[in-house]
Amino acid sequence: MMTSFLFRALDARAGLFLIILLALTVAIPASNLLLPETSPLHVPTYAVTLMGKYLTYALLALSVDLVWGYCGILSLGHGAFFALGGYAMGMYLMRQIGSRGVYGDPLLPDFMVFLNWKELPWYWYGFDMFPFAAIMVLFVPGLLAFVFGWFAFRSRVTGVYLSIITQALTYALLLAFFRNDMGFGGNNGLTDFKDILGFDVQADSTRAGLFIASGLALALCFLLCRALTRSKLGKVLVAVRDAESRTRFLGYRVEHYKLFVWTISAMMAGIAGALYVPQVGIINPGEFSPANSIEVVIWVAVGGRGTLIGPVIGAVLVNFAKTWFTAALPDIWLFALGGLFLGVTLFLPKGIVGTVSQGWSALRQRSASAAYEAGSDEPPGSPDAPADVSHKRASSDASPQPAE
Amino acid sequence: MSLLRSLALVIGLLVVALGAGSVPAAAQNDTESLRPLINALADGKYKETEKQIGDLAATGNPVVAPALEALSDGDLYFRKSDKQVFITSKSGEGYALTDPLTLESAGEAGKREVSKIKVNNSLRRVIRSALGSLTLMAADPKVRKEAAEAVFKAKDPDAIEGLDTAIAKETNDEVRLVMEQARAAAVLNSDRSDGEKLEAVEVLSSMGNRDALSLLIGVRDSSTGDLQAAAATAVKRIEKTLALWDNAQNIWYGLSLGSVLLLAAIGLAITFGVMGVINMAHGEMVMIGAYVTFMVQEVIRNSAPGLFDYSLLIALPLAFLVSGAIGVGIERGIIRWLYGRPLETLLATWGLSLILQQAVRSLFGPTNREVGNPDWMSGAFEIGQMTVTYNRMWIIFFALAVFAGLMLVLKKTPFGLYTRAVTQNRRMAASMGIRTPWIDALTFGLGSGIAGIAGVALSQIDNVSPNLGQGYIIDSFMVVVFGGVGNLWGTLVGAMTLGVVNKFLEPYAGAVLGKIFVLVFIILFIQKRPRGLFALKGRAVEA
Repeated sequence: MMTSFLFRALDARAGLFLIILLALTVAIPASNLLLPETSPLHVPTYAVTLMGKYLTYALLALSVDLVWGYCGILSLGHGAFFALGGYAMGMYLMRQIGSRGVYGDPLLPDFMVFLNWKELPWYWYGFDMFPFAAIMVLFVPGLLAFVFGWFAFRSRVTGVYLSIITQALTYALLLAFFRNDMGFGGNNGLTDFKDILGFDVQADSTRAGLFIASGLALALCFLLCRALTRSKLGKVLVAVRDAESRTRFLGYRVEHYKLFVWTISAMMAGIAGALYVPQVGIINPGEFSPANSIEVVIWVAVGGRGTLIGPVIGAVLVNFAKTWFTAALPDIWLFALGGLFLGVTLFLPKGIVGTVSQGWSALRQRSASAAYEAGSDEPPGSPDAPADVSHKRASSDASPQPAE
Repeated sequence: MSLLRSLALVIGLLVVALGAGSVPAAAQNDTESLRPLINALADGKYKETEKQIGDLAATGNPVVAPALEALSDGDLYFRKSDKQVFITSKSGEGYALTDPLTLESAGEAGKREVSKIKVNNSLRRVIRSALGSLTLMAADPKVRKEAAEAVFKAKDPDAIEGLDTAIAKETNDEVRLVMEQARAAAVLNSDRSDGEKLEAVEVLSSMGNRDALSLLIGVRDSSTGDLQAAAATAVKRIEKTLALWDNAQNIWYGLSLGSVLLLAAIGLAITFGVMGVINMAHGEMVMIGAYVTFMVQEVIRNSAPGLFDYSLLIALPLAFLVSGAIGVGIERGIIRWLYGRPLETLLATWGLSLILQQAVRSLFGPTNREVGNPDWMSGAFEIGQMTVTYNRMWIIFFALAVFAGLMLVLKKTPFGLYTRAVTQNRRMAASMGIRTPWIDALTFGLGSGIAGIAGVALSQIDNVSPNLGQGYIIDSFMVVVFGGVGNLWGTLVGAMTLGVVNKFLEPYAGAVLGKIFVLVFIILFIQKRPRGLFALKGRAVEA
């Protein structure tokens, strides 16, 4: 039943996207590991890690898109869920160091020895086991999102208010994790990892493995989002986004739908964080900074919210640009990023994917009506399109359009 | 309007501050009559020296102090030829001579021409108390008070006699009080009778500050009988008053923090309240205001240093104009295309804030810029047991002045009337002939301009760097959301409440944890009252 639920989600476009994604997931590590370094097709290890990082960002963007693009909840705090997932994974990796740390303590991570702690805090128990850590990667962000969402949606906090308190949430966590006595390494965070599941985190093969894991996670979550948004539930979500009060008056428990999709999205962000940490090699409180979370939103906006492919493309493009700019023209990067925010909101409200698919369907419609006028039997594309007054939203595309 | 009021206020207070600056110079007379007494030190054994020191001290003339200090340090020599006494310092083979009274140079002398006036530890003690009582009788009441405070800290029993004479002579009530307290402290440290000590405890208990408290705790823990009981009651009394003062100090700090929040948030309250526009670049308007202050001070330093004390007054209108103009530009260029799409406005203004930050970073460099405090903003004074720094005090006044001015603008001017009309019902206002786009632009300019003058104030207490604004943006949002959108009173109450609550949490939870508690509290509060403390009442169903 689950498989049919997922496979129903596949159509031509999603299928094509998944095939490209999976092909890259296989091809890039293969070229890194199998081809000799002299080969022109060889992908160096640093590039594999970099692209692996982009994939986790893409997953994070996907999770933001699920709530923003389909349910109208603009989260300025998804970085918090990402970082919490990252910390859960980081704690596992810290415990794996064992006695190989600088102080050689078999139980306590280095920073605890440094702070003169005598025993492991209770919330660090169990993180030496991977399955427990993996559950926590889902559970901790999920729980936080559930509690937060339960309060927020029940009392009908919406729109910018919700955005601001999600920002306050991640800001509060930022301040909390900076504290040394929280027991998460304070300012420096968790770093200096040695191995994951017994494999050396620095090794080429491990990095390739992490890349594949990121690609697979992205593919699976994409499929899940696709299935969710095309199901009946997805239709209700879009209804909530476009007319929340009306949906409520029709008898839907709006807050339940919101809470469900919000929690799922937070868990996806947690997975992204967990895959991000071993590839980058560090997790510190800086990940909680509100600026990071807002940056994620712009990835989604660039790619096109309300489309699932958009955020993936947006995340990869923006981060590629960021990597390039910060190396070549570091002073320009913030101008470019700021300009991106302005340009996309003013001139490209549907993002790249949204604009392209809109242009595509407009083109198809025009050729169809041209054929009709030329005497062909084919009916015009959509009857409501010419009558639509709000020209901004005028579109006959079946895929849902973003709205506030 | 707000500007005029605050200008007038600041100028008025400036005049008061300038008038109170001068201190009367200490009079110096018949110095020469002291010379025989000083020269008498040249001959004599320890015993005679002690008597001579007493004679010098009895003159009560502070001019002899340098000679006594030099004697104690072993730098007082006499010339063998004429038995003249000099303060000396080593210079090459011989000594450089300084006249002990006039402190003018008096030539040099070879090693063999001068001889040291001998001094031992018991003499040094005599000298120290003599010096103490000397300054206790200085002409300048400020010096006398400082001397008495020094005795209080030293709790030197030997100073009691000196204090007694000084108290008898003292004419200034304030100084006498300090002297009596110093005497009490010295008495408690001496081996005098319990009766005298009881009196001393009484004096200290009415003093009521931390120094007295620690002294009395010492007495309580080391004595017996009546004295202990008296000390214990005194300790309890002082602790009670101190707790009250602590609360007062916390409230003061809280109000000070609250006024900073108010300054940062008040412009946001206008733009958010009137237009429903979330301006994430608001913090950058504050930052620009601070940089305007920096620029004004640079120009003044280079061309007219005499005007430095007025630099903030000059910066205020300029900051308002610069930030306000940028605000109008933002509204016309960006925000008006995004009305009805608040989430996208949020993103666009965030992008703008990144650009403004980087622009300032490129222009002025990433490091902190130094903005000086004018004289009337530096320093502190004390009320009872709490310290009040002038810059914090001025910022509280300033924030309230800005608030009052803004209220006046909104309630008493045609512009304010139009603004309120647009806030309450945009379409109806437009139908009545109000040009809503103009009102939007001007209101946004007003909010940004106020952020600019907030920047002038914040430049006095915070680092002026490109990140200045970012530090305030989340706090400002919290204040506006907590207080209720579209209501300036809500912003005032919200800012002050958050400021005070923050400061009261700090002693128990630490600064960071306190802040986290406040954030969590607001997040929970929003659940309960999604429209803030003072919500606008209306019939509009949320969109």
